[in-house]
Amino acid sequence: MLIKIKNLSKFYKKFLAVDKINFHIERNKTVGLLGPNGCGKTTTIGMLLGLVAPSSGEILIEGKNLDLFKRDDILKRFNFASPYVELPKKLTVKQNLEIYGRLYGLDNLEKRINDISIDLDIKNFYNRKTGELSSGQKNRVSLAKSLINKPEILLLDEPTASLDPDIGDFIRSYIQEYKSKNHVTILLASHNMNEVERLCDSVIMMKKGKVIDQGTCEQLISKHGRSNLEETFLKLARSKDGF
Amino acid sequence: MDFSKIYALGLRHLYLIMNSFPRLLDLIYWPTVQIFLWGFISKFFTINSEYYSDTIGVILTAAILYDFLFRASISFNMMFLEEIWSRNFTNLFIAPIKIREIIAALTLTAVVRTLIGLVPAVLIAIPLFGVSVLKLGIPLIFLLIGLYLFGITLGLLVTSGLLRYGPSFENIAWASLFFLAPLGCIYYPIEILPMSLQVIAKTLPLVHIFEEMRSILMNETINYMNITKSILISFIYFVFGVLIFYASYIGAKNRGTLINMGE
Repeated sequence: MLIKIKNLSKFYKKFLAVDKINFHIERNKTVGLLGPNGCGKTTTIGMLLGLVAPSSGEILIEGKNLDLFKRDDILKRFNFASPYVELPKKLTVKQNLEIYGRLYGLDNLEKRINDISIDLDIKNFYNRKTGELSSGQKNRVSLAKSLINKPEILLLDEPTASLDPDIGDFIRSYIQEYKSKNHVTILLASHNMNEVERLCDSVIMMKKGKVIDQGTCEQLISKHGRSNLEETFLKLARSKDGF
Repeated sequence: MDFSKIYALGLRHLYLIMNSFPRLLDLIYWPTVQIFLWGFISKFFTINSEYYSDTIGVILTAAILYDFLFRASISFNMMFLEEIWSRNFTNLFIAPIKIREIIAALTLTAVVRTLIGLVPAVLIAIPLFGVSVLKLGIPLIFLLIGLYLFGITLGLLVTSGLLRYGPSFENIAWASLFFLAPLGCIYYPIEILPMSLQVIAKTLPLVHIFEEMRSILMNETINYMNITKSILISFIYFVFGVLIFYASYIGAKNRGTLINMGE
C-alpha cells in the first residue's frame, strides 16, 4: 500500500473541513475522490501535498508518516495539476517547463521537456507565452508540468474542467496511456462521472468532510441500486441520512 | 542548500524581466526619475545651504543609497507577489524546494533586480550632477551590505504578512519603507528628531548608515565601528525576518491559506 490516511481531520478555526477520514491507495492504482463542492476534497489534497497541516490523524506513505520525510525528498515523488493553479503567464511554455524541470532536479532536462512536449502535442506553441494560450492548451501545459518529474504519486484536481469534449477526451486518453506505460498512482478529484468511470480503479465518496462510501465504480453503483456513477453520486449527495 | 534550485527560481524571475521590455523599463525608470529629482534638489541646497555648502552631492548620495534600500525591499516583495498574481503559488510550494532555498533565491535575485534599476541611474548622476557614490570609497561596500540586509528584512516581513493575511496585505508592501523613512534620518542628522524618536531611530541600522555616509562625505572621516554596528543591527533584523517568515509559513499551513493563495 502506497498511501494510507488514518483518522485525518482538519479544522479551520471551529469549522470542521475534514472529519476523521480513512482510506488507502494501492500502488499504481487510480482512485477517484468525489463529492459535492465544499466536501473537503481540496483540503484533503492540500494535506497530501503538505500545503495544509492536519489538525489530527496521519498520512502514511509506504508506512512512514508524511511529517517524517524531508520536505524536498517527498515532494520529488509527488506532482499536482489543477486548472485553478496556473503557471507564470509571462513565461513561455518552454521556459516554464525548464524552470520546473530544474526545480525537480531533472538530469536530462532537454530530453524530458522534448519528450513530454511531443507526447502532449505542445511543441507547436512551445515558444508562446503561457498566458496567451487557450484553456485547452494551458491544460496540456499544466499536465506536462505535473508529469515532468515522472511522479510516483500524481494528484489531479478536475483536470478536464472547462475543456471542450475533444480536448477533454485527449487529456483522459493521455492519462490512460501514460498510466499504462508508467508506474504512477493517481488521486483524481473530479465532478465528471464518466471520466471517473473511465479512469478510476476505485472511488472514495466524501460529503461534509467525511468519507461516506468507497469501492469500485461497479460496487458502488450496484450497492446503491443505480445504473451509473452519476446517479449514484446524486443519490449520495442528496441523501439526508446523517450527512 | 541546493544552488541549482536557487538558480532555477532566480531564472524564473530573470525570464520574466527579459520577456517584457515594459517591465525592464519600469525597473530603470523610477530610480532614474529619483536621481533627476534629488539631483536638482541637491544642486539647489548645495548652492543655497550653509550646512551643505562644501559637500556637493550629499543629498543625492543619500537618495541613491535610500533608493538601493527601497529597490532591494520592493524587489523581494514583487517577486513574491508575482507568484500570487500569476496563481503559481501552489506549484511553487509543492515543488521540492526548501523554504530556505526560496528565501535565498528571492534574496539573491533581488540584487540583480535592484542593480538593473539602479546602475543606469547612478551612472547618469556622474556626468549630469558630478556626483558619484564611488566617492564613498571602500566603506560604500559595507554600507550597501547593511542597507541590503535591512531591505531584504523588510521584504521578508511584508511577505510574511502576505502569507498570513493573503494578497490584501499587498498595500502594506508599498507603504512599509515610507513608514520607516522619517526615522531613518536619510536626508538630515538624527539631532533633528525629538529625543524620544532618537531613541527609536538608533535601534534602526539606517541612522548609523546615513550618519556615516554624511560623515565620510562632509568630514572625510571613516568610523568602521559605526559601520560594523549598522551591519550587525541589520543582520539581527534579518535573522528576525527569517524567523517571522518561517512562523508565517507554518501559520499559513495551519490556516490552509497556501492552497488558495491568489484566488
